[in-house]
Amino acid sequence: MAEKGKNGQRRILEATGMTKRFSGLVAVDSLDFYIPEGAIASIIGPNGAGKTTFFNCITGFYQIDEGAILFEGARISGKTPDLITRAGISRTFQNIRLFNNMSAIENIMVGQEPHLRSSWIGAILGLPSTRREDDGCEDRARELLHFVGLEGKGDMLSKNLSYGDQRRLEIARALANRPKLVLLDEPTAGMNPRETIETTDFIRRLRDELGITVVLIEHDMRVVMEISEHITVLDYGRKIAEGLPRDIQTDPKVIEAYLGSGAAQSNAAAEPSI
Amino acid sequence: MNIIASEASRRVLRLGLLSGGFILFAGLIGMIASFHEREVVNDFISLGQALLLATPFLTSHVAAARMSEAGEDLRLALAGGLAIGLLTALPTVILLLFNSNEYRYLLDASLKLLPFVAATYLAWKSHAQGNEMRQVAAAWLVSALLIGIVSFGFALIFEVKGDLRGVFVNVDRDWVEVVTFDHRRELWTGIGLLLAASAGAGLAGALMRIMPDIPRRALLYGLGITLVVGAFGETVRLILQENLDRDTLREIFRRDTLRQNAALVLFIVSTLAGFLWAMFGGRAQSEFAALDNSRRHMIRNLGMLLFAALLLALPWLIGRTLSDVAVTIGIFVLMGLGLNIAIGLAGLLDLGYVTNYAVGAYILAVLTSIGPLGLFKGAFTFWMVIPVALLAAMFAGFIFAVPVLRMRGDYLAIATLGFGEIIGKLALSDWLKPLIGGAQGVQNIPKPFLFATELKNPEQLYYIVLAASLVTLFVSIRLNNSRTGRQWMAIREDEDVATAMGIDTARAKLLAFTLSAATGGVAGAIFAAKVGTVFPNSFTVFISINVLSLIIVGGIASNPGIVLGAVVLIGMPELLREFSEFRFLMYGALLILMMINRPQGLIPSKLVMHEVHAGVKPKVSAGD
Repeated sequence: MAEKGKNGQRRILEATGMTKRFSGLVAVDSLDFYIPEGAIASIIGPNGAGKTTFFNCITGFYQIDEGAILFEGARISGKTPDLITRAGISRTFQNIRLFNNMSAIENIMVGQEPHLRSSWIGAILGLPSTRREDDGCEDRARELLHFVGLEGKGDMLSKNLSYGDQRRLEIARALANRPKLVLLDEPTAGMNPRETIETTDFIRRLRDELGITVVLIEHDMRVVMEISEHITVLDYGRKIAEGLPRDIQTDPKVIEAYLGSGAAQSNAAAEPSI
Repeated sequence: MNIIASEASRRVLRLGLLSGGFILFAGLIGMIASFHEREVVNDFISLGQALLLATPFLTSHVAAARMSEAGEDLRLALAGGLAIGLLTALPTVILLLFNSNEYRYLLDASLKLLPFVAATYLAWKSHAQGNEMRQVAAAWLVSALLIGIVSFGFALIFEVKGDLRGVFVNVDRDWVEVVTFDHRRELWTGIGLLLAASAGAGLAGALMRIMPDIPRRALLYGLGITLVVGAFGETVRLILQENLDRDTLREIFRRDTLRQNAALVLFIVSTLAGFLWAMFGGRAQSEFAALDNSRRHMIRNLGMLLFAALLLALPWLIGRTLSDVAVTIGIFVLMGLGLNIAIGLAGLLDLGYVTNYAVGAYILAVLTSIGPLGLFKGAFTFWMVIPVALLAAMFAGFIFAVPVLRMRGDYLAIATLGFGEIIGKLALSDWLKPLIGGAQGVQNIPKPFLFATELKNPEQLYYIVLAASLVTLFVSIRLNNSRTGRQWMAIREDEDVATAMGIDTARAKLLAFTLSAATGGVAGAIFAAKVGTVFPNSFTVFISINVLSLIIVGGIASNPGIVLGAVVLIGMPELLREFSEFRFLMYGALLILMMINRPQGLIPSKLVMHEVHAGVKPKVSAGD
């Protein structure tokens, strides 16, 4: 049980007793968890375990019923999504949710919203400060486009991009906010093995080059075990395990959740396959 | 081959009957006879006859286009065109026979025969589907009975009413005159003419399609221009009247219609022009594209300058009557651009836009009127009150937006629709009567003054509308390409995700409603000053619907589209006042056609280029 991250790292995100109910159904059940700063962390669990609900609670899409969520030591539970984004948390969506009828680059420009100050009056009058900000916003969007490898496709409508490009664009949009923490909801869903490897490398670059803490929900166990430094396992809204990949792999509760109770005993001795 | 042929013939049958049904319907509702009163070319063809011919022409044009896409025989396309022409005339011919004295028995006979024929057909269908004989027989009996009852009912009605006119009031002499090309007395000659003309038009439509591209485009261009100029003869005459002397005008027009010679000259000239454009237009465009940036900019600026000069000179060019129409169009352009901020940019379906229009109009009326209801008896002028009207409309927009901020889509539309109705009822209410006059409204609104000149003519008011529209256009272009505009678009695309991007959606939506309301208020104030009287009847839900329709027809979120939409949807009905009874029918038909064939509008909105700046050519093609 690693209560502190390795080297006693700070915890960028922390929750205590987090509970979310949907009229009787407890989707997230008094969850305590933390994410070490600078880590690549994964949330795993069987379908319906409450992983996406967990994301929605952190980003303020859902208001939690009990408990508290702290981001960099400050309470974010109870705040609206736009304020949480402004605090430095970005996310992507399980089913890609881009602004379809806007160009790729415009999507990224909207993503920079928390850093923009100009007003509509400045835009109408064409004030120099507004123009400067707009140009800067555009330049930064171009840089991000380049960073995710979409140069030359910036003026295409985002709905006309290929599936893989849309996933990249969504990440670029999430980065535009200059986040400290980014939540990726199944970033490799629907990708072929080559694209999956590219995405895995890309997620590493996010942390290594940009210093962003990454939390991902992921079903592909190869991806999870390969890049995660910290794993939280959910089942029926409860945390059943937490820690390093090798601890999770041998944890009988995890195996039980994934494969059923019989498998846990017979597999306990053998090399786990997840 | 057989399958293709049968599919083609089925399509021809379907399209032919569709266009035949349309012509029959147009006759039954009196559209053809009414259109006949306007001549396109003097003593040659009327608008009603043009409708009669244009329908098979366009239908077979479309059919031939599909056939040639499918790679079918040219002769087949021609035969199809001929068949469509004949099929188009068929329902009308049948109605002519039923309506004539000699062949009225046919109606009686067919009403009696119909149940048996139809039932036999249905039974045969049922048999073909492999049903048992007992079921087939039952089907025959039941359908014969049901259809029999209906046709017996019709027969009874015709019996009582005496003839078809008793039921279909528009199947009258005028209609017969039009569809028989003035051969009411010699029925068979008339029918022959109708069939021949319709078949000819169908054949011509198909022929046109399979022609080589360049002459085809030239001819379509020539025909189109001649038809439009002829149909709007009165308007064109009014324009020319300002610039030509009386004798020349008399050479071209006989009263309000184009003379035959003039029409011929116009057709030849416009066809020639179309031919030249089709031959060299593409090359001119590619040459223009190949020019370097500064030259292209120069040419573009020159074009803009010419256009601006045209806009400024417009009232002198078109005269008083049309200036009045231009002012009305301008008022709707203003509202269209305003509503577009809410609908086109922010995706907020606001069906109560008339609210802002009414607020602007009433504010101006009450503050400037020199009548009994005027609060200041003319102490305030138009120019002082315009900002007040703008702010008042913005305030109204803000107030009405607050309760609906949480609503989306359909719910928002219904709620705003309700607000529009509330404003109408408030304007009529006894409660506000001492202030705004109830049903009588506010009268004696003075015209605006500019440097001691009273702007009392539409030619002068035009400039106020023009200036207001240009300012609005400028603002909406600036907003469109700004942080605020992108916030709105993000909300339009996905409100939840927009929030997740850090956008304060409530604030952005309030701003959209408020700014959108502003131009509505200005439009209302200008309207009040133009008309001089403001009363509740001017502020119905149809204003909101008109503005919404012109945005949809023109192109959502497209500024040039909205201007064109206003010209088409507001200008055309003003010029076609004599057909105003068909206004909403044509409106509806146009909207349906647009939604099916061109949902993005006449001029779709363009993306703002960010990655590669507009005007700067991408590096890859810089070498050529």
